Amino acid sequence: MDAAYYLIQILNGVQYGFLLFLVASGLTLIFGIMGIVNLAHGAFYMVGAYLAFWLESVTGSFLLALLIGVPVSVALGLAIERYGFTHLYRRDHLYQVLFTFGLILVLGEVRAILWGNDVHGVNVPSALAGSIPLTETQSYPIYRLFISLACLATAAGLVGLIRYTKLGMMIRAGASNREMVQVLGLDVNRLFMVVFGMGVGLAAFAGMIASPVNSVHPGMGDHILIISFVVVVIGGVGSIKGAFWGAMLIGLADTFGAVFLPEAAGVVVYALMALVLVWRPRGLFAGG
Amino acid sequence: MQHQKLALPFLFAALAVGIALFPLVGDTFYIRLVAKIVVLGILAMSLDLLVGYTGLISLGHAAFSGAAGYVAAALINKAGWTDLPTLLLASLAAAGVVALVIGWISVRTAGIYFIMITLALGQMVFFFFHDVAFWGGADGVNLDSKPALAVGEATLLDLSDRMVFYYTALGCLVVVYLLLTMVLNAPFGQVLRGIRINEARTKALGHDVQRYKLAAFVIAGLIAGLAGFLEVVRGGFISPAHVNWHESAMVLIVVILGGMGTLVGPVVGAFALVLLEDYVADLTDHWKLVIGLFVIGVVLFLPDGLVGPLKSGKCRLPLFRQRAKDTPHARKQESVGDA
Repeated sequence: MDAAYYLIQILNGVQYGFLLFLVASGLTLIFGIMGIVNLAHGAFYMVGAYLAFWLESVTGSFLLALLIGVPVSVALGLAIERYGFTHLYRRDHLYQVLFTFGLILVLGEVRAILWGNDVHGVNVPSALAGSIPLTETQSYPIYRLFISLACLATAAGLVGLIRYTKLGMMIRAGASNREMVQVLGLDVNRLFMVVFGMGVGLAAFAGMIASPVNSVHPGMGDHILIISFVVVVIGGVGSIKGAFWGAMLIGLADTFGAVFLPEAAGVVVYALMALVLVWRPRGLFAGG
Repeated sequence: MQHQKLALPFLFAALAVGIALFPLVGDTFYIRLVAKIVVLGILAMSLDLLVGYTGLISLGHAAFSGAAGYVAAALINKAGWTDLPTLLLASLAAAGVVALVIGWISVRTAGIYFIMITLALGQMVFFFFHDVAFWGGADGVNLDSKPALAVGEATLLDLSDRMVFYYTALGCLVVVYLLLTMVLNAPFGQVLRGIRINEARTKALGHDVQRYKLAAFVIAGLIAGLAGFLEVVRGGFISPAHVNWHESAMVLIVVILGGMGTLVGPVVGAFALVLLEDYVADLTDHWKLVIGLFVIGVVLFLPDGLVGPLKSGKCRLPLFRQRAKDTPHARKQESVGDA
């Protein structure tokens, strides 16, 4: 239990936090702008991971798997948006919850038919396979650093897009007042499509890029979905900034929870959420 | 309109009589299946109090039934208790405490937050039973014995007997139905309905809506605890899967499928879903695909549920958004928004 050990835990926590941010930002955007509770968001993370596993084994190249897999996932998401979600925009959250739960069952079962129920591993791309030695006995895998950097770049791109582009302006406007955006005559359907596609793309990308370190298994979508909900609830629904800090908090809490309280590791993040909610029922950055 | 008001209670009475007479004609397999349906019906009815009457969409309902089931299992296996009343009380107390804590945190929020928080806190309970070794781990535990009610030497109710259990569960179903009907017709229930239709206005009338919501939450949690207790006795087994949020979501589907805000609807929904599952599971290993498509179909084409027409007296076409806007839920959303 020396400094290097804690450095590794912090790096792991931050890397997990970045990953959570990619998934949670999509979730929070989809809710903030489209008003949809999307329980199927984790299923897209799972779809991404399985596509990475499958495409990597077919093409032999992880990069190629990413380049093919992300567009395929986005296309799938857009098709579901076009033919399913459009019926739900004006409906109560209750029906959105059930519809997206139905989607989870369908996507999960299609996954079982295509790829079975086994746990799979994905090879770390050879260019990133090494480790950086920290002490004689401890080292940090380069690929995990790569995940953090790739997520950081994606997050920066996302923030840049939202802050400085015309599309970003529309997204921000949509998040703060959906009806007004409609009244002003913006093409809301197109905006919804872009936001949903983006959210699905981010979730699938996160699933793919994480697949070499986390195994690819049937329950992965569920797990990431609930944790992302915790992130969104802590950060404040609809807030990208909240999603970021919420993700970092949960990433670190989960990692250190496993170190200090291995018996109750699963409970730590939820207890943290409960504490935050008692203090601020609408999350840390509500409306921000 | 009197005949319409009576349609739902009449349907429930017919169902209860049908269930009571069923063992005369049904074989063992289907008697077991109906017992399962009755227990699920109790659980779904308790959720209907929240979803259909108070407008609280809880995605953590399995936490209460699961907590009750786990406590019953631990007391039977580890402490050797078999006395029915004490076991039942302990299980209900566990469910009530979990509901009180989760409710206290979550009724302070509304709408999307409420859904996400009940889901997350429900999962916390799931991980508690999943991770802490005392409860038996990921594979679950079998009951060593089943509870019985004995006075002196005479055993009055032995729940290990299949038929005794069957009629006990049916008795619970009827009692819960009558209890909830009374609660909902009392002034308390009127306030709950008011909260669902227009929370701001109910608040303006001077009602402390948080306390009403919490009370409804705990009542629903206690009844869910009863269902959880019956379920663990029925199956003789409990595992973390009983507490998982998929279970909560399935109960919510049972409520919607039958028709929310009707009490009898959830029982009808339990029949429909369990029988469908049983039928489809015989046909294919990928029955979840069928159930998933079925759920999507119910959402799109049957939002008022199977008994919905009995309640409103008319059929609505859900795909026309203009008309969907006229439902109380949609109107509430319009006025309160997601704020």
